Amino acid sequence: MTPDGAAPDRPRADRLWEVFVRSRRGMSHTHVGSLHAFDAASALLSARDLYTRRQEGVSIWVIPSAELTASSPDEKDSFFDPAADKPYRHPTFYEVPEGLAHL
Amino acid sequence: MTRQTSRNEAPAGADVATYALGLGDDVLVLAQRLSEWTARAPQLEDDVALLNIALDLVGQARNLLSLAGGRENPGRTEDDLAFWRDETEFRNAQIMELDGGDFGRTIARQFLVSAWHVPLWDGLRASTDPDLAAIAGKAVKEARYHVGYARHWLVRLGDGTPESRRRAQAGLEDVWPYVGELFEPDPVTERLVTAGAAPDPAVIEPVWREAVEAVLAEATLAVPPTVRRPTGGRRGVHTSAFGPLLAQMQHLHRSHPGASW
Amino acid sequence: MDVTTDERDFDRLVSADERVEPRDWMPEGYRRTLIRQIAQHAHSEIIGMQPEGNWIARAPSLRRKAILIAKVQDEAGHGLYLYGAAETLGVERADLLELLHTGRQKYSAAFNYPTPTWADVAAIGWLGDGAAIMNQVPLTRCSYGPYARAMTRVCKEESFHQRQGFEAMAVLCAGTPAQKQMAQDALDRWWWPVLMLFGPSDEASAHSARSMAWGIKRFSNDELRQRFVDATVPQADHLGLRIPDPDLRLEADGHYRFTPVDWNEFADAISGNGPCSRERIAHRVDAHEDGAWVRAAAQAYADKHGDRAARGAAA
Repeated sequence: MTPDGAAPDRPRADRLWEVFVRSRRGMSHTHVGSLHAFDAASALLSARDLYTRRQEGVSIWVIPSAELTASSPDEKDSFFDPAADKPYRHPTFYEVPEGLAHL
Repeated sequence: MTRQTSRNEAPAGADVATYALGLGDDVLVLAQRLSEWTARAPQLEDDVALLNIALDLVGQARNLLSLAGGRENPGRTEDDLAFWRDETEFRNAQIMELDGGDFGRTIARQFLVSAWHVPLWDGLRASTDPDLAAIAGKAVKEARYHVGYARHWLVRLGDGTPESRRRAQAGLEDVWPYVGELFEPDPVTERLVTAGAAPDPAVIEPVWREAVEAVLAEATLAVPPTVRRPTGGRRGVHTSAFGPLLAQMQHLHRSHPGASW
Repeated sequence: MDVTTDERDFDRLVSADERVEPRDWMPEGYRRTLIRQIAQHAHSEIIGMQPEGNWIARAPSLRRKAILIAKVQDEAGHGLYLYGAAETLGVERADLLELLHTGRQKYSAAFNYPTPTWADVAAIGWLGDGAAIMNQVPLTRCSYGPYARAMTRVCKEESFHQRQGFEAMAVLCAGTPAQKQMAQDALDRWWWPVLMLFGPSDEASAHSARSMAWGIKRFSNDELRQRFVDATVPQADHLGLRIPDPDLRLEADGHYRFTPVDWNEFADAISGNGPCSRERIAHRVDAHEDGAWVRAAAQAYADKHGDRAARGAAA
């Protein structure tokens, strides 16, 4: 889509990448945003400058946005609702007699 | 200006001050040139990156000038040294002050200088002067990133389009004649080398050359022929591009003598 | 899925104060409003680098030089976060920049004013970033997830921008008579443009009501402007500076009454004929065009070498 009539026929240039940062050892990489780059090495360099200027990370992943496969909002009912009526998967579902430990 | 070759007996403190002043002026002047790219870089990502490098260099300059001024008697502050010296009192190598030119020349200069900074700071970490060693310990990590960024772009410009290759080669040839000064022996450095306070330029040069030639090969760029040209930045002799740079940097500070900012 | 269900889902998300995410269905007007607002915000960040960047080379101390570099660098970064948020709505950054360069999308008109002295840099930090924070903190709860997340990051980073400006101003006010005068002159120059920055008054704001209903805006322009004045007047008093509004006074309700913004005075700046409008865009376009050969090189290199060099196991 091009808003307000921007030229749609401009040659495709840099790609969009998704950036994931491990904030410190022991944590998972977390999605922090996206950026543009022509190749993976450039994406890593830019991610370092853009997303870890304030010591936010110890490790970075970059992934071309086009290579991410995402669940569709249209399927969210069939994907996620069936989990809603299975409270027995959670420990709080069960009663524990008062005074007992290690349960 | 006379070379003070007879100062063998000078206290190491004065030598350290002179040495730190030269290295501090290097990074201050280079930061000044890099910051000229503000809001002018080829992509926003490079605005962020170039300012990142400039910020590292200003930090190094503050540390080095504070060290230099602190070893003087009476002492001078980082701002005394940055804003109240005239052109002939600046001790930076001339390569730092050259006009940045296009992105090709800026990247070529940054690469050659950062590739020198890495072994320099690395060697200086072992300095017998603990203050120099501490500054170098921080600076070496920054320089490794700077050389990585500059290499990254030099390779892309050299091995990119015919135009980028032409511009990268031209930029390289513009700055190449000025690299010799970085390895020039001078009495202060020689005494510091003897005292174990500074790395030997003669040891750094082959390390630098090997690193540079490898990257130029990767970038499919030709190593320019060695051209001898007059040097003298470390003695206060500068190119015509330097005066305007200083005038711009110093005018506000000097317009309000004694004021705080 | 039929459109009515989509709309009901969207309305339910917004009224429950939940976040709308990129792949959710959303009304076309919502999408367009967000694109316009986020792009304008991003453009303001990158155009805003110019008036301050102009002083990096001349900063009056090395400490101030370092602070100013860090701030201007953040602005480029914030522009990037915001373009990234806009791109989740199906537009490309290159198209948005094209719209900026050709004057078809706007940026904050406050940046069309010059920065003739160092005190203007201080005033932009204190007043301009102060106003920006008033505007942006509510946007961290904006109904559109990517915009809200970008604003959270921006607000966290910008907290130092206003403070450094106030500190720089305070040093000037405690300095020589010439420095104090410089500070007062800068306040005189920036007070009204900064009040303008909050946008037209509520009666005149075409999009305001709809944006509030959609959870894009949380407070009206006039509410935010009032908050800013209430917060800033005591700061000016502390500095010993005079706000250039003879009718400014504290009312019994604890709020300051102030002269309404004279929108006629700003008509030119807003429509792109401000004192620096042309040079700001020309500078931006020059930078973009001068960099074309560099971007072409990066593209050519990537075409030749792909991503091989950087591939590694994710760990």
